Amino acid sequence: MEVKNKILDKSFLKKILSSKGAYLLLLPGMGFFFTFILFPLIYSFRMSFYKWNIVDIGASKFVGFSNYVRVINDPIFIRATLNTIVYTLMTVPGQILFALVVAILLNQKIKGRTFFRVAYYIPVITSWVVVTFLFEYFFGSQAGLVNFILKDMLHLVDKKIMWLTDPVLVMIPLILLGIWKGIGWSAIILLAALQNIPLDLYEAATIDGAGIWHKITKITLPLIRPTLVFLVVVLVIGGFNVYVSGLLMTKGGKPLDLSHFILTLMYKKTFTYLDFGYGSATSYLLAAFIFVVSVIEINLLRRKVEY
Amino acid sequence: MLTTKEERIFRNIAYILLICGVAITLVPFIYMISASLKSQIYTFEYPPRLIPRDPTLENYIKALGKDLFGINLLNSFFVATVTTISTVFISSLMAYAFSRMQFPGKEVFFYILLLGMMIPPVMLIIPQFIIVKNLHLLDNLWGLIVVYISVTLSMQTFLLRSFFETIPRELEEAVLVDGGTRWDIFRKIILPLSKPGLAVVAIFTFLYAWDEFPWAHVAIREGSRRTLPVAIALFQSQYLTQWGLLFAATTVASIPAVIVFVIFQRYFIQGVVTSGLK
Repeated sequence: MEVKNKILDKSFLKKILSSKGAYLLLLPGMGFFFTFILFPLIYSFRMSFYKWNIVDIGASKFVGFSNYVRVINDPIFIRATLNTIVYTLMTVPGQILFALVVAILLNQKIKGRTFFRVAYYIPVITSWVVVTFLFEYFFGSQAGLVNFILKDMLHLVDKKIMWLTDPVLVMIPLILLGIWKGIGWSAIILLAALQNIPLDLYEAATIDGAGIWHKITKITLPLIRPTLVFLVVVLVIGGFNVYVSGLLMTKGGKPLDLSHFILTLMYKKTFTYLDFGYGSATSYLLAAFIFVVSVIEINLLRRKVEY
Repeated sequence: MLTTKEERIFRNIAYILLICGVAITLVPFIYMISASLKSQIYTFEYPPRLIPRDPTLENYIKALGKDLFGINLLNSFFVATVTTISTVFISSLMAYAFSRMQFPGKEVFFYILLLGMMIPPVMLIIPQFIIVKNLHLLDNLWGLIVVYISVTLSMQTFLLRSFFETIPRELEEAVLVDGGTRWDIFRKIILPLSKPGLAVVAIFTFLYAWDEFPWAHVAIREGSRRTLPVAIALFQSQYLTQWGLLFAATTVASIPAVIVFVIFQRYFIQGVVTSGLK
């Protein structure tokens, strides 16, 4: 009690001094954060309304919304957006579905759980650069493993498929890579949610004669719904932000800028054509799009939880 | 323990499925190591073989001796280490202020910081490029470090704050009674008791800095300043189809990350769950 009084009875001066201490602790972190995150965020917003001159910033011209108009009317941007949406629509359910299976299996009383957890997580910790080249190697048209399996082992196709040079087909290795690399992360999150479900619920269901399928659909899925909502939101954001794999696998949107994602297009416009206004407008459109989609998802998916 | 027949069958199916899944997860890496041990003529062998014929280390010797690969490796170590130490230090100071101190504007600062967790980093590379250029830090490892610290800061502060919250406050009152200062509390109680949390932050940051590509790709042009992911990406465009050589390089680049992860996996998974669920 004495101690509490000592803390509560601080004089006004002391309060300010202790606040000063707090600000001092925040100073280095906030300094970095303002300089390299917050300021850039505002700066690029401003850039998106200018015909930006990288050499002589003073010569930049205010152009209103014309960068945005240019981006939206650009067929390459529309194509990149469609590619990004397809990628997201395929990778999000893919990751969640496989991760759910892995998490349910790992939640049983099995031996070697640590080993499995580590093994499934290794793609997550490996650099995108490394795993993209791995998939390029597998989907290579000459000596790639995938063509070997499809043509010579399963005889599903007569000719080797040119996976990497076709702007539509290249989406397949990119999507498979996105799913494969992400399963481990989602599985760990789902496993934690599964472990929070009280075991007596399952025991009660067993006594009532419920089978495994029934337990999964009637107990497991409804109870982990908040986690599933969280995963959908986070993975959709991740999907829209797909970048490194696309940049490397399509060599920057080849052929003819048909295989771009939104961010690879932003990179090319900015750092190859030095069109900084276009690039900034693109990233703000993406951010706005992500924001709207996230809000819609949260409202749609949450609503069904409360009944 | 009671096991019904159905549960036993289910568990056996679980093992089979899990092992198949692990195979799909790990086969690409086994192929990578296998290809790295093949001489150039065998990497185009058809049908592709998992077990290399005449395995050789020549790719590793060539890759490590190639151009600047050794320097790139050192650059990666330097950047990842400095980023990790700085982030642990800076974010623990902030987390302490947010979890233990009262000050005007606390909420506002905290929500602004949370914003950092929601901004996709690639979105910021254009303005960051301009700012870092004006600070004359382009083509400089410090240009990477300052941005890496800033990008990871939000999540790490958030993570550490939730660790600090679990430490009972009675311990601190004891220090105050003995005439200790806040700094004593921080140093003698909070930090030693949050070792698992600090480990999580360290591992996350190290892996992030070790693997990061988009910013390093933009900020570094000169070969001798590149970190591994950028060096490897450009390596591939240069020696287009020398898969053996490329995979020797990617294997070397992946090993430190895998080692760090396997050693600390227990902390790591705890951290993923904390950052993911709270």
